[in-house]
Amino acid sequence: MAKKVAFLQGNEAAAQGALYAGCTFFGGYPITPSTEVAEVMSNELPKIGGKFIQMEDEIGAMASVIGASLTGAKVLTATSGPGLSLKQELIGYACIAETPCVIVNVMRGGPSTGMPTGPSQSDVMCAKWGTHGDHAAICLTPASVQELFEETVRAFNLAEKYRMPVMVMPDEIVAHMRERIVFPEPGELEVVNRTAPSVGPAEYKPYDTSFGDVPPLAAFGSGYKFHVTGLNKGQDGFPTTKAAWVQAEEERQIRKVDANVDDIVQFEEYELADAEVAVVAFGSTSRSARFAVNEARKQGIKAGLFRIKTFWPFPDKQIAALAGKVKRIITPEMNLGMCTGEVKRCAEGKTEVVGIFRVDGEPINPGQILEKIKEVK
Amino acid sequence: MSQRYEIRFSGAGGQGLILAGVIMAEAASIYDGKQAVQSQSYGPEARGGASKSEVIVSDDFIDYPKATVVDALLALTQEAADKYSHDLKEGGVLLIDSDLVKNVPPGNFKTVAFPIINTAKNEVGREIVANIVALGAMVALTGVVTKESAEKAVLARVPEAFLELNKKAFNMGFDKATAAQA
Repeated sequence: MAKKVAFLQGNEAAAQGALYAGCTFFGGYPITPSTEVAEVMSNELPKIGGKFIQMEDEIGAMASVIGASLTGAKVLTATSGPGLSLKQELIGYACIAETPCVIVNVMRGGPSTGMPTGPSQSDVMCAKWGTHGDHAAICLTPASVQELFEETVRAFNLAEKYRMPVMVMPDEIVAHMRERIVFPEPGELEVVNRTAPSVGPAEYKPYDTSFGDVPPLAAFGSGYKFHVTGLNKGQDGFPTTKAAWVQAEEERQIRKVDANVDDIVQFEEYELADAEVAVVAFGSTSRSARFAVNEARKQGIKAGLFRIKTFWPFPDKQIAALAGKVKRIITPEMNLGMCTGEVKRCAEGKTEVVGIFRVDGEPINPGQILEKIKEVK
Repeated sequence: MSQRYEIRFSGAGGQGLILAGVIMAEAASIYDGKQAVQSQSYGPEARGGASKSEVIVSDDFIDYPKATVVDALLALTQEAADKYSHDLKEGGVLLIDSDLVKNVPPGNFKTVAFPIINTAKNEVGREIVANIVALGAMVALTGVVTKESAEKAVLARVPEAFLELNKKAFNMGFDKATAAQA
């Protein structure tokens, strides 16, 4: 049988990806340019016995998904810049309480209410450092409607596997554009489910590290009772200030991601084999970059593209290797240098890194990138 | 056609131009088996303000989803004609509403004009289908999708009670544009 195809908007694809992954709860406070995610979930979740709730604000929305996740549900919220700022307190709570959840954040101009309907890529640092304190971060930056579907599925898998919040961050262009999508059949994409406890309620501890760096999480309502808090906690979930334990626990929560970067980090290399100039880009900007690379190749310039799919954890070792190979790296992005700073950090001065920054609500067009490729080659 | 073909629908927010672009792209992508990407840009207003919807059609993979050099432009307001005609390519085609765009932007392209909104209001019978009249006209002027595919795509988007109304709007736009460019 032919696979189901549709002409879908990015936000709609994110919602469909969430449903494919088994999401049964959405708690949100709609905000443009992410509203269509909530819209689709509000239509679809009741049909499958799931729950959709529009909360009083973004903080409440984030709290609702944490609560729902602790009952064993796969949970989603969707927002954009100003909403992401408001959610940060509870995102930190999800980090320390190790509660799986997926946050779709569609990037528009900022700071504050900024430019509500214009595209931007200026929330990527907020994905890592928005909430205070040391914590691991996973952030995916898809570049097409099909990929927004697939990466939302992967976000759920990573959230459940590593017991933590995961962000999917399309820019407004990817979220609002429409493309043909081929729906994967059930079972075609991997769907990871949460590891259930192997011990009974009497012996169960929610942060029992004897089971490894990701302790199994029981579902409230299934007979298991445990304590959840935003304070540093012991194995039983109750607050602790025991110095050695807190140090070890903080390090474990970072290690969940650090020790598994190869499982998490995805990227795409295009025409890089003999490239002298590499463009490093993500999201819709990577599509402009690909266009520019093709044009440069037509003009005899050896240009290539490294497309970042997983922004956090950052593809450190791949960028370091690239910097040792090419003469110049160009980093176009719709912010004032967030990715560029990370690329420079990884390049360690091995090659010159030249940014192209745009924050006027207009996309970086292929011509701008081509011009820079010709300038630095 | 291996080259990109770029179409821009522009006017004011609330005129249904995003939907017109979506239907054009669906006709190309779902019914004609080509590659297509539709994108949009609009102000914070729900109604009014300049609004545009862009469609890229190609036989090949489409990387950059926005217009670079526009092959065909629809402008339903003077503001849109002034704001969005700068990158219309030489030899391209501009379709305007002759009642609303009095100052035709200068340039080396073909301009086709007829009273689009008035046609919807007085000849089809409902102003709300002006976007479908315009879509029919753009299908005739660009030839980038087949008339049959475009009509199927229109009808797939419309509630049953309004099928005939939209079919009439689409065909009237197609015929008027064909006559206007002859």
